[in-house]
Order: sequence, then structure tokens, then C-alpha cells
Amino acid sequence: MQLPPALGARLAKGPGAAEPLPVERDPVAGKAPFRFAARRVRFPREHEFFEDGDVQRHLYLQDVLTQVAEAPERPRVREFPCQVAGCQQVFHVLEAYEHHYHTQHANVCSVCKRTFPSSHLLDSHLLEWHDTLFLTLAERQDMYQCLVGGCEEKFRTSRDRKEHMVACHLYPVDFRFDRPKKSKGPSMPGVLAPMSAEALGEHSQQLEGDAMEVCCTGHVTPPPAPEGQSCTPPGLPGQRAYSHSNYRLVSMAGPPKPASGATPPLDGICAPS
Amino acid sequence: MWRRQRGRFRPVGCGVEELRRFRREREFALRKARRDQQLVSKRLLRADPPKEAERVVSILGEAEIQQFLRLAQRGTEEKEREKALASLRQGLQHPETQQAFIRLETSMRTLVGLLTSNQALLQLEAARCLHELSHSDQPVVAEACLPATSYLLTYLSSHSPDFTELCLYTLGNLIVGSEAVRKQLLPQGIVPALAVCIQSPHVAVQEALGYALSQLLQAKEAPEKIIPAVLASTLPQHLLQLLQPGPKLNPGVAVEFAWCLHYIICSQVNNALLITLGALSTLGPLLLDLAGAVERTEDAGLELLACPVLRCLSNLLTEAAAEVVGGQIQPGDERVLAALFILLRFFLHKQPSLLPEGLWLLNNLTANSPSFCTSLLSLDLIEPLLQLLPVSNVVSVLVLTVLCNVAEKGPAYCQQLWPGPLLPSVLATLAASDTEVVGQSLELLQLLFLYQPEAAQAFLQQSGLEVLDRHKEEAQLQDRVFALRATALHG
Repeated sequence: MQLPPALGARLAKGPGAAEPLPVERDPVAGKAPFRFAARRVRFPREHEFFEDGDVQRHLYLQDVLTQVAEAPERPRVREFPCQVAGCQQVFHVLEAYEHHYHTQHANVCSVCKRTFPSSHLLDSHLLEWHDTLFLTLAERQDMYQCLVGGCEEKFRTSRDRKEHMVACHLYPVDFRFDRPKKSKGPSMPGVLAPMSAEALGEHSQQLEGDAMEVCCTGHVTPPPAPEGQSCTPPGLPGQRAYSHSNYRLVSMAGPPKPASGATPPLDGICAPS
Repeated sequence: MWRRQRGRFRPVGCGVEELRRFRREREFALRKARRDQQLVSKRLLRADPPKEAERVVSILGEAEIQQFLRLAQRGTEEKEREKALASLRQGLQHPETQQAFIRLETSMRTLVGLLTSNQALLQLEAARCLHELSHSDQPVVAEACLPATSYLLTYLSSHSPDFTELCLYTLGNLIVGSEAVRKQLLPQGIVPALAVCIQSPHVAVQEALGYALSQLLQAKEAPEKIIPAVLASTLPQHLLQLLQPGPKLNPGVAVEFAWCLHYIICSQVNNALLITLGALSTLGPLLLDLAGAVERTEDAGLELLACPVLRCLSNLLTEAAAEVVGGQIQPGDERVLAALFILLRFFLHKQPSLLPEGLWLLNNLTANSPSFCTSLLSLDLIEPLLQLLPVSNVVSVLVLTVLCNVAEKGPAYCQQLWPGPLLPSVLATLAASDTEVVGQSLELLQLLFLYQPEAAQAFLQQSGLEVLDRHKEEAQLQDRVFALRATALHG
């Protein structure tokens, strides 16, 4: 297919439209038996017109098409340890270290040392477990916000919230990031969940080192002062959004170690450090 | 850009001819699946180093699965626990192992426990096990993964990009595997979760998200149940952002999101909203960008992106709201035509099956636009267009339709069509056997003779009547053949 040589140049030049030639239609045009009428056409989803392109798309998904460029193999390096003081994990691959750090040392509640998979869940935890203002307000109004993104519902108790998440959002009853508080601190109505047989049964299946079961102080008062700055561990590309809240700083002294095999203590009961 | 290892579909150590045959078989299977409306494809991430993949992996029975799970859960040595899960993961490459796994009552529960532990490497291995399961063809296996979905969604906001990527591909596979999974994921908040996750700066996460979203949007219930929710979220804005042309555009990411946009648009739910959000202002420049890449011969895999872009543009142009769009691409902007023809030539060489899609856009551009029709003439694009006629019947009909779009605008346009190469080309298509090709040729000739009577003379001189008369018995063509005959002879 020969294209006019000036076409590439036209593409590179600025925008511009042609001054249209005058349009002058004769009513005879398109009259029966002829039927042509200029019109834009649309095709719906399942139209067979799309078959070829769809098949190409799926061949690509199945990796049958030639890849455009392969990323190089991830280099394996000499073994290196986690940089967080007290953590004894070692790694061969940077990505594994990165994941370890995010799982174990980021999003940690500096009050009770629980780790969370996201800053959103950590925020909720801090608010609901360690913020006296929240607890005061919660006596009078609905403060427990649904944990599902985009849902604005608020509830009087965490149990009500859990029921909502199970009924409306089809969340599991034993969702691990919404465990009820069983602290020895000032008891809040409705917050303490009974130790049902199911909970006990499930507990025996729990793993040592389960994040949510790591010891907590049981205190509700906030810590006196921020313990120290946390920043990206050495060697990792930046891209962190730490808030200014005091509670969110990761303690550099005595982070949770992977437990060595003992069953974790029950919620709320912890040996003072 | 394409980070994943070749999936299990690709046999290793094949010669070129075998690979071609293999690909033809896959293509045949996909065509059949599409006609049965069951087009399903999944992505498989395998992070194993190649030599491990070559080792023969055996099928695991229920007892072995239980053993590995127990070891992973309660082993004393961390390395031991990881190894146990890794062994399970390898076994799960086999459908038989997957079936055995889901038959065990507590296996998924245990796996979810491992997935949500704070032991990073165990968590990763557990996620990989889930990923293997997600790749099964059996909806029952996908449904067995239902207890894990709330956690997969939670982990979309994890800061670990590799982990998030894995969760996204797993979700994408599960989504396409079972309607029951989709029915659960929607109330669990997958759309808001994706709307947050799409803001990740990591390219691999973006691409994985695009994949998962494209699977969600492809579901048969999407137009009623899913696309409205997606349109109500901030996803469309972010999606368009990720399609902005320029040096930061990542091809792998763009492909996924262009397909997402296509599924949304062709479902005709609320395209006016997309236009308001700037879809045309993104897609137009993107088209120009693609043509530029072809000109610079940086075109590897480009057809994968060009296809959905063309479809989106073509469909959007049928919306009333498209008439008033300003932005970077003014109505009638000649660069669009230039870009389209550069792409048409590219398709001719690389992927002829995409020519109809490009010509569809050309039709939608020219149908109601004197400006574009004039540009087609002034940029000397008629002759290249004619060169496409012999490609196939479908292409022929489309080319003739575009030419009709030009001719129907009156004498000023037809005077530019003849004299020239048009008449001999149409005489050739008139001689074809395909009824639709001939029919469209008759339509074009009628317009040409009406607005440029001298062309009729030339037609007669070039033995046009003989060619015409070949079709006088054809039921669908008769009336037009006789009418055209009369016009040619008597004016």
C-alpha cells in the first residue's frame, strides 16, 4: 500500500482541517432501488465483527503471541539480613525482602505492635482501639465505620459493624482484620465478643506469629511521645505516605520477631516488656 | 514490559513449524469459544526459575496435600514450612491436584490462614498456591477460593507491589472463572478497591489491575451489574489518565486499559459520560501517537493496542455528544486521517484481520463529515484506499462504503473521483462474485454517474455494460443492475 510521501509530514505538523468542498445532494441519489445512506455505524459487544480482534487479544493473554520484550531475570544476590533492629530474617531476593518489610515492619501499631496489611486498616485500628476521644464519642453516636472501601455506613458497636459486613458485603464472619477487642482495659459495651467454641476451635488452628494475635498492651491511653522516625528501609525505592499521626511510627526497638513455635498469648494478655 | 514467564500453554523446545501449528490450533479453539460466547482466557504468573519448571512435577494426592499443609502450618523450621508450601504449589499445577485439594474440607481454610499470616514468605507462597488454583478451567475450583476473596481485596492496598500484582492476577483469573465469584466480589467492594489500587505508581501493578478489570468488564452480566458501578467510581478518570500518550505511556499497561475502555464503551451504558470525562481527547492523540510509533518503526506489538483504540473511537463517534467535542483534536483534523492510513498500511503488513476495524473508523469519520471527505481527496488518499480492494470481500465492501461517503456529497466531490484510478478499480469489483461487493459497487457507480455524467461515458467505453450484465439474474442485484444500465445509457 503506497502512501503519499507527504503523509508522515502531515502527521507531524499541527492540527488543521480542510476547507470542505461544497455539498450538493440530488434527491434522486439513494432512491430505490438504490439504498445507500452515509451513516456512522456502531457494533455491540458480541458482534462477530469483533471476532478477529478478540481472538488476537486472547492469544496475547495466553502468552502465545511473541512477547515484545522480556524483562531480565531477577538477580539473586548474596544473602542479606533485614535492616530492622532485632529482626533476623535473611533474604536472597530483593522483592522478598520488600514484601517481608511491608508485611512485618510497616503499618505497625506502635501501641500494641499489631501489624496490618494496609494503612487504612491501621488507621481504623488506631482510632477504635487507642483513641480516647473516639471511645467517648462512641458512647453517644455511631462511630464504627464499615471497613469496605466506598461504604459510608457507621455503627454503634464493632459487633454491629461486623454483622453489616457479613450481611451486606458477604465478608467472612471470622475476617482476620476485624477481630473484636478483648482487652483488660476499660470495658466498652458491645466490644467484647464472647469466646465462642468456634473462636476457640479456630484459635487452635492459628499460626504462631499471626499478626493480629501478637501481644498488645491492653492500655487505651496513647503513648507519651513518638518513638522515632521511620523511613523506607535502606535499599528500597521510596514511595511511602506516612501520616503525621504519632501512633503510626514504627518502633525501631523490639519489633515483633517471628515467634519460634509457641502458641501466641490470648488477646489482651501480655507480659510487660 | 512483559514480565511474566511464558504460560503453560507454550511448549518448550518447539521448532518454528510446530509453533505455527500450535498457534493455529489455539486460534481455532478461541474462535470456536467466541462463537459459543465462552471466550475465557487467563493469565498465569510463574515466578519459578526456568530449570525448576522443567523438572517433572508429580500430581499430589489428598494425603500428601494434607501433609504439606500441616507442615506449612505447624513446622518448626521456617525454611521447612516454606518448602512444604512450595511443594504444594508445584503440585497444584496439575488439575488432579487441584481437585484433590478442594475435596479436602479444611484445606482452603488452612491456606487462607497461611495467606493472612505475617510470615512474609509463607504468605507469598500461599498466594502463589491460590494463583495456581485460580488458573483452573473448572468453575468449582474457582468457587472453592471464595473464602479467600475478601483477603485478596484487602491486600490490594498492601504496599508490596509484587504481592499486590499477584493478588490482582489471581482475582482476574477467579473473576473470569465463575459468576459466583463475581457475585461475591461486587458486594465485597472490588470496584472501590480497584479505584484505590489504580493509583499505584508501580507499572506492574497497573498492568495487573488492567487485566483484572478487563476480566470483570468482559463478564456477560457486566452491562447491567458491573459497568454502572465502574462508571460511578473514579476508575474511568484514572483509566483515561493511564492512556495519556507521551513518554510515560507504558504499552503493557495501555493495552489492558484500552481493552477495559472498549468493553465499557461497546456495552453502551453511558458513553456520554466518558466523553465528558475526556475520552475523545485522550483517544484522538493516542491514535496519532500510535501512528508516530509506526513511522519510527517502534511498532512491536502495537496492533494489540491499536485494535481497542480504533474500536473505542469508532463507537464513541456514533454518540451525539461526540459532535461538540473540542480539545486537541478538532473536528476534521487531518492528522487523524494521516494517522489512520499509516495504521492501515501497518495492518496490511502485520495484521490484515484488523483492516476492517480501521476502515470502520474511516467510515465513521467520513460519513457525516464534508471536511474529512475533502481531506481524503486533498491528501491523495483515494488511491491507497483503492489498493486495499483486493484484500478480502469484507475489506472491499468497507472501502466501497467509504468511497460512497465521499461520492454522495455531490458533484464537487465526484469531480475529484473521476477521472482517476477509481473507475477501473470499481469495474474490477463489479466483476466479483460476492453479492455484497457487487451491490456496493453498484451504489457507488450510481452516485458517480449522477454527479459526474462523463464517468458514465467512460464506463460504457470500458465495456462496463458487459460486466454489469453478468449480474442481471441475481435476485438481490437485479433492480439496481437495470437501473444503473438505464442511467449509463440514457443519462
